[in-house]
Amino acid sequence: MKNTLRFGAIAAAGAIVLAACSSAPEETSSSPTETAAETTDYKACMVSDSGGFDDASFNQAGYEGLQTVSADLGIEISTAESTSDADFAPNISAMVADGCDLTITVGFLLGDATAEAAAANPDSDFAIIDFAYEEPIDNVKPLIFDTDEAAFLAGYGAAAASQTGVVGTFGGLQIPTVTIFMDGFLAGVEQYNADNGADVTVLGWDGETGSFTGDFSDTTKGQSTAQGFIDQGADIILPVAGPVGLGAAAAAEAAGDVWIIGVDSDWTLTTDYADIILTSIMKQMGPAVYDVVNDAAAGSGFSSEPYVGTLENNGVGLADWAAGVLDDTTVSELEAISAGIIDGSIEP
Amino acid sequence: MSAEAVKKSDDAPSQEGRDWRGLLREITESSWIVVVLAVVASLVIGGLLIIFADPAVAEAARYFFARPMDTFAAAWEAVSSAYTAMFRGSIWNYSGDTFVQQFRPFTETLTMATPLIFAGLGLGIGFRAGLFNIGAQGQIIMGAMLGGWVGFAWHLPVGLHLLVAVVASMLGGALWGFIPGILKAKTGAHEVIVTIMLNYVAANLLAYALSTDAFQRPGSDNPQSPVVDTTAQYPLILGESYRLHLGFLLALAAAFGVWWLMERSTWGFRFRAVGANPRAARTAGMNVSFGIIAVMTIAGGLAGLAGSAQVLGTEKALTAGIAGSFGFDAITVALLGRSRPLGTVLAGILFGAFRASGPTLQVAAQLPVDIVLILQSLIVLFIAAPPLVRFLFRLPTPTNEKVVAA
Repeated sequence: MKNTLRFGAIAAAGAIVLAACSSAPEETSSSPTETAAETTDYKACMVSDSGGFDDASFNQAGYEGLQTVSADLGIEISTAESTSDADFAPNISAMVADGCDLTITVGFLLGDATAEAAAANPDSDFAIIDFAYEEPIDNVKPLIFDTDEAAFLAGYGAAAASQTGVVGTFGGLQIPTVTIFMDGFLAGVEQYNADNGADVTVLGWDGETGSFTGDFSDTTKGQSTAQGFIDQGADIILPVAGPVGLGAAAAAEAAGDVWIIGVDSDWTLTTDYADIILTSIMKQMGPAVYDVVNDAAAGSGFSSEPYVGTLENNGVGLADWAAGVLDDTTVSELEAISAGIIDGSIEP
Repeated sequence: MSAEAVKKSDDAPSQEGRDWRGLLREITESSWIVVVLAVVASLVIGGLLIIFADPAVAEAARYFFARPMDTFAAAWEAVSSAYTAMFRGSIWNYSGDTFVQQFRPFTETLTMATPLIFAGLGLGIGFRAGLFNIGAQGQIIMGAMLGGWVGFAWHLPVGLHLLVAVVASMLGGALWGFIPGILKAKTGAHEVIVTIMLNYVAANLLAYALSTDAFQRPGSDNPQSPVVDTTAQYPLILGESYRLHLGFLLALAAAFGVWWLMERSTWGFRFRAVGANPRAARTAGMNVSFGIIAVMTIAGGLAGLAGSAQVLGTEKALTAGIAGSFGFDAITVALLGRSRPLGTVLAGILFGAFRASGPTLQVAAQLPVDIVLILQSLIVLFIAAPPLVRFLFRLPTPTNEKVVAA
C-alpha cells in the first residue's frame, strides 16, 4: 500500500515536471494590443440576472452575442453575473465605474436598477434585453421580441402535423416573455382550426391560465408536465421554460411518437434531441446584442430607439421543420401566413 | 407500532437535541483568536484557488523550469489583483476620482451588511437558547412581503408610513417565527424541519402573491410589485450619492437591544437557561414552552426587519428573489459572530464586505463570482471546526474553553 502510494506520488510529480518543461516564450518588445489594427476604443459590458451566463437561455444568448462582437471588432468587454436580486444595482454601478460605454442588462428584473443607473449616469449608454419601459428613457435601448409571430406559425404547422388532434404547451413562470410564445402558439392553432374546419385542442394554455412549472431549472417538473400532456393524447409539445424543456424532450423521447417544439435557439443544433424536434421558435437575442454593440461601436452610433425582433427583420423566426411531417399545402399556407404577418394583414 | 418502537422514537430526538446543543455551544463559545485565524486561513486557501483558477498562471506554469519567476510573478499578480480589488470594492476605492467614489465602497459594505445583521441577531438569540432556527429565509420573505405591501398599497403621511411599514415587516417575520415556536413548544416538532418547510411555504406564497394583480404593477404582468412609496422608504443617511439607509442605524439599535435583552433582562437569563439545560430550567420553575415561543417570535421579528432593509431600503420593490440568500448567509454570520450582538454586527460587516466586493472582483479583477462564495464557505468550514484551526496554527488546546471565551 505504502509502496503503491509512493510510486503514485513519484509518477504524479514526474508528470508535473515533464509538463512544466516547455520552453519559455520569447520576450516580445511590442505589446500585443498594437497588432490588432482595427481595435476600437469602446467598451461593452453585460450584467446577467440571477440565472447566470450559463442558463441556456437569454443570459447565455446575450453573452454569446457579446463575445462574438468583441472578437469581430476587437472591442473590450466586461461581464458580471448576479447571484441574487441584491446584486443588480451594485453590478451595474461597477460597470459604469469601470468605464463601460454601453452596459447591457438582461431581463425585466433589472428594469428598475437599469433605469436608476441610466438616470444617474446620463453620459453612459444602456440596453436591456426582454424589457421595455412605459416611458422611454433617453440612454436606454430596449431589445424586445415579437415572439408570437413565429409562435403563430409554429402553432399553425403543429395543428396541421398533429395526428391525435391534441397539442400541448407549458411555461416556466407566467410572465409576459413566456406567455407571448404560448399566446402565439394558441392563436396559430385556432387559425388552423378556423381555416380548415378542424378541431385541434391546445392543452396547458387558454390565453389566461395554464400549466407552469414554477421555475426555469427543475427539469423533472418539465418531464412530469409533458408526461401529463402525453397521457391526455398530445403528440406535439411546446415547452417555454428554458432548460426545463429538456425534461419535456426526455418524456417525449420515452413516449416514442411525440414531437417537441424548441424555443429560443434551434434545438436540433443545441440539444441532444434532434430526432424529435418538430421545429424551433427562434428568438435571436445574440444577433440582436451583436447589432446593438456593432452599431454603437462601429456603425451609426447608439440610439435609444427600441429594437423589436420580428419575422420581417429575422429577429424571430422558425427553424426548419422536421422532414416529411408537413404536406405541400401546409407549407405554402405557412408561407402565405408569414407574408401576411410581415405585411400586417394577419394579426398573430 | 409496538410500544418499544414508540419508546425508541421518543428517545431519539432528545439524544439528537443534546448533540445539537453541544455543537452549538462549542461554536458559540470558541475563542476570538480562532475566528480571526479561520478568516486568515480561508484567505490563504482562497489565494491558492485564485492562483489555480488564473489562466495567466497556468500559461506560465507550462514552462516553469525554463523561467520559474514567470509563474511566481503571474501568481502574485493574480492574488494581489484579486485582494486589492476586494479592498477597493468593499473599503476604500483608492483609484476613484472623487471622494464619493472613494468612500462609496465602505457605505456599500454597511448597506449589504444591514439585512445580515438583523437576521443574524435573531438567529443568534435562537442559537443561545438551543434552537437551531433555519427559517430566517422564510421570515425575511414574509417580512419583506408584508412591509412591501404596506409600502406600495397604503398611502400614509411621511414618517407614519415608514413606521407602519417597518412594523408590518417585523410582524410578518414574527408570525413566521411564532409558528415553528409554538409547534416546538406544544408538540415537540423539531424546529429544523418546521423552519425549512416554512421557507418553502413563504417562497411559494410570495411567488403566488406576485402572480396576482394585487401585487403587480398596473398594466404589467411581470411578477414584480410597484415601487414602494417614497414615504415608506428608509431615508438615505449620507445623501443621494450613497445607498446607505436608516435601516443600518436601526440594525445597530437592534443589536444593542438584543444585548440588553440577553445580558441584562430576566427574559434573556431564562432564554439562556433554556438553551444551557432545558430540564434544569424547568426544574427551576421556568416556563420552557413560553421561552421557546418567545425566542422564535423575536428571532422571526428581527429577520422580518432584514426583509424591510431590502424592500424599503435597497430594492424598493418586491420580486421573487427579494430575500436572495440572506437567510442562509445570516446563519453563517450568527455563527461567526459567536451568537453575540457585537460579534454578529462585526461578522455582518465582514460578510457585507464580501458581498460588496463581488462586483469589483468580477469587473476589475475578472474573477468569477464563485471565488467570493468559496471564500465565505471556507470561513464557515474553519469556524465550524475549531480543532482544525488549532491544528493548522499549532495552537494549544485550551483546558477550559469557557475561560477563554469569557
